Amino acid sequence: MSRILIRGARVLGGEARDVLVDGETIAEVGTGLSAEGAEVVEADGKVLLPGLVDLHTHLREPGREDSETVLTGTRAAASGGYTAVFAMANTFPVADTAGVVEQVYRLGREHGYCDVQPVGAVTVGLEGQKLAELGAMHESAAGVTVFSDDGKCVHDAVIMRRALEYVKAFGGVVAQHAQEPRLTEGAQMNEGVVSAELGLGGWPAVAEESIIARDVLLAEHVGSRVHVCHLSTAGSVEIVRWAKSRGIDVTAEVTPHHLLLTDELVRTYNPVYKVNPPLRTERDVRALREALADGTIDIVATDHAPHPHEDKDCEWAAAAMGMVGLETALSVVQQTMVDTGLLTWEGVADRMSFAPARIGRATGHGRPVSAGEPANLTLVDPAYRGEVDPAGFASRSRNTPYEGRELPGRVTHTWLRGKATLVDGKLA
Amino acid sequence: MQRHLISAADLTRDDAILLLDTAEEMARVADRPIKKLPTLRGRTVVNLFFEDSTRTRISFEAAEKRLSADVINFSAKGSSVSKGESLKDTAQTLEAMGVDAVVIRHGASGAPYRLATSGWIDAAVINAGDGTHQHPTQALLDAFTMRRRLVGRDAGIGRDLAGRRVTIVGDVLHSRVARSNVDLLHTLGAEVTLVAPPTLLPVGVETWPCEIAYDLDGTLPKSDAVMMLRVQRERMNAAFFPTEREYSRRYGLDGERMARMPEHAVVMHPGPMVRGMEITAEVADSDRCTVVEQVANGVSMRMAVLYLLLGGNEPAVTHTRPPAAQQSAGERSAHTFDTAEEK
Amino acid sequence: MDTQQSGPRPVLEGPDIARVLTRIAHEIVERAKGADDVVLLGIPTRGVFLARRLAVKLAEVTGRTVPVGSLDITMYRDDLRMHPPRALARTEIPGEGIDGRLVVLVDDVLFSGRTIRAALDALNDIGRPRAVQLAVLVDRGHRELPIRADYVGKNLPTSLRETVKVQLSEEDGRDTVLLGVKPDAADA
Repeated sequence: MSRILIRGARVLGGEARDVLVDGETIAEVGTGLSAEGAEVVEADGKVLLPGLVDLHTHLREPGREDSETVLTGTRAAASGGYTAVFAMANTFPVADTAGVVEQVYRLGREHGYCDVQPVGAVTVGLEGQKLAELGAMHESAAGVTVFSDDGKCVHDAVIMRRALEYVKAFGGVVAQHAQEPRLTEGAQMNEGVVSAELGLGGWPAVAEESIIARDVLLAEHVGSRVHVCHLSTAGSVEIVRWAKSRGIDVTAEVTPHHLLLTDELVRTYNPVYKVNPPLRTERDVRALREALADGTIDIVATDHAPHPHEDKDCEWAAAAMGMVGLETALSVVQQTMVDTGLLTWEGVADRMSFAPARIGRATGHGRPVSAGEPANLTLVDPAYRGEVDPAGFASRSRNTPYEGRELPGRVTHTWLRGKATLVDGKLA
Repeated sequence: MQRHLISAADLTRDDAILLLDTAEEMARVADRPIKKLPTLRGRTVVNLFFEDSTRTRISFEAAEKRLSADVINFSAKGSSVSKGESLKDTAQTLEAMGVDAVVIRHGASGAPYRLATSGWIDAAVINAGDGTHQHPTQALLDAFTMRRRLVGRDAGIGRDLAGRRVTIVGDVLHSRVARSNVDLLHTLGAEVTLVAPPTLLPVGVETWPCEIAYDLDGTLPKSDAVMMLRVQRERMNAAFFPTEREYSRRYGLDGERMARMPEHAVVMHPGPMVRGMEITAEVADSDRCTVVEQVANGVSMRMAVLYLLLGGNEPAVTHTRPPAAQQSAGERSAHTFDTAEEK
Repeated sequence: MDTQQSGPRPVLEGPDIARVLTRIAHEIVERAKGADDVVLLGIPTRGVFLARRLAVKLAEVTGRTVPVGSLDITMYRDDLRMHPPRALARTEIPGEGIDGRLVVLVDDVLFSGRTIRAALDALNDIGRPRAVQLAVLVDRGHRELPIRADYVGKNLPTSLRETVKVQLSEEDGRDTVLLGVKPDAADA
């Protein structure tokens, strides 16, 4: 088995340490470790993190291989420092049966860039009417634990209640896409000053907040845990904070783009800024950063949503919603949370690895960087500064809102169970 | 600098007055035996209409023809657009035919802005109404109509609408006319009040440069012009208001209400009117109602827009749209007109 | 070198301008046999003021009011594509119209002739005069089209390096015609 010595890395942003990887596991963490028989990776000044875990990725396969495949998506994940991603269920066909989730799971394992943990649909065909075979998906080889109709909201209160209750039997969790459908009919962007001016259909914050409020109360009532996908408003933060203070078992995620971008960008009418939930206001962005710092929001999840060029190269109303995010997530988090002093690198490790692995029950991921643990690791150069160039993306799609923007930090190496998937910024 | 007219908010006060003054001269062409000018000879303008709008299209077409432009009418209905061709492909196809300007009407807010800034085409883009966003030539012709009526044809030359009180009544939420008018009237110094049921005002309207009122009767005596917006019956089904009867009782303009307006005040409507809904026949047919005048003024105003955007080697109208990050403010240029030059 | 020192120099002053306008008025009456069907159309900006002054002189000579108006030629110019669009000036045709009448176009300076060509085109769209004549305060030569003036205040032979600037009290606060040198040509 191969041995790798990562020399002088700041483990979780702390003191410089040597980390020796032997085969699939971390053999030793210390100082002045012998490099004998090991390939040496000089990591002076770099930060070593546990492999990142994304609880919210769209890999598009099966069905929309023109925008992404499991292969291209997991290569993008490895480029961004991820060792595990949860693939959302809104594929064609929908991942609402054991067959589909097993296929996605196997493709991830075969390609070997990043573990793919399929998310199962809550309802058949994401229709919101009939529960999918949640148990069968859990018992399949894919071992599904996270269920979500993401892209659509489980808006029927009774269906949501049943789903929350049902998955308790096997420790599952429902990840809710909180969007009250009637309040968002024809919605195109955050409802507020900018939408009024631009004449684009408003997407009120209350459409998200009312669902989150309902769901935390349902979770409390039936004693289940619930996860809130891509929380985007200051009001949602308040509700989750309140729920946690009551002891409700709720976890929440925020996307990198909601930590950085606001609806002012929509003034360009460039659909690269069109996303669900929509970009909100500066006040929301501030609240989301604070909530991520104080732990009200548990994790950062990318909501990586690849779309082919033609679905964005059009007028706003006709464009698809979503942004790619796997390859820029860590940089955006460094800029918005680390460089601002809101979060330490240890905090980043928690929000982007430990906590998402815990919520999704991803075994072998989100483990401490210490001897005996699986060697899922990410090496970051925080001093790097560079403009985002979508042409260099591993993802099949280029719909990034950061094109030409200077972002800090760069993932130089990623190891999946001791095997390098990214070396010096290049895919292995 | 780009040669487009996308939003009334892009016009400076000087631009707006130049446009109004130019329209005043264009209006005189309509009184001549030969209602035609050679100004845009050899220029091709396409009227790209993705939404039905006979009156706006005809108005633009009349303006283009009076300026001797070659006109191509493209209606999305029954065209390749209905077969799924994108806006980009349609625009590029037309440009390949040597089009100098695109007059676009589109159901999606921002489509003209996208066309002008995406790099798809080089032609000038004139917004003839996009979604619920903007309809700048309508705002211009409305301001032109107001200036003629309230300040005077000749007395109005070079002047704005400072201190004039304009009340806009109706479905502001879904109205590009209201948005454009608020922007332009504010630039011209008028005081605008929007009157509507709260359901038909957008969230965020409080930041607009105008007043908001829910009571029409209280506002009418303080209005120099009252602009009635069309209210579509289908809004009723979406619970924006309970019934047609209640709407017209609270927000419709009838003879009795019109009598509460100052004597000099005018009633305006961008058309098409829904008689019996927002306006009674008595008001619509009265001589205080400028609807027909607005149509005539529309042609003069669009001639002015076409001339000032296309008549020279670069546009005479300065554009100062701030939000597009890719456009720098340094690209603004103001032009002066040297009348003392040698001939 | 001496032009640089002296700057633009007046070639016609207020009294000269008044005198030549009087002379032109008399010539019009003579050539138009009483001028009873004359319509004066000034070309903006300064041609309009000259036309109005001529109308006053004609009224003095004939004892009748002579219709006077303005004709903006901007949209008929042949150099539209070479500049940003210009602001339009007023076209004001007297109530009598121009059909069957003798239209006398009035302008300050006759140079290339292109303005007058545009004016003839513009007239064409307004009506059908019996005849069209041209009166100018200064003819500085250098014609680029087969056009000549019927009434000339002053023939002023110039070089292309020189500029001719007419100032009138209505617009400029004083009456004068200045002959100068183009700034870029001065160092040549």
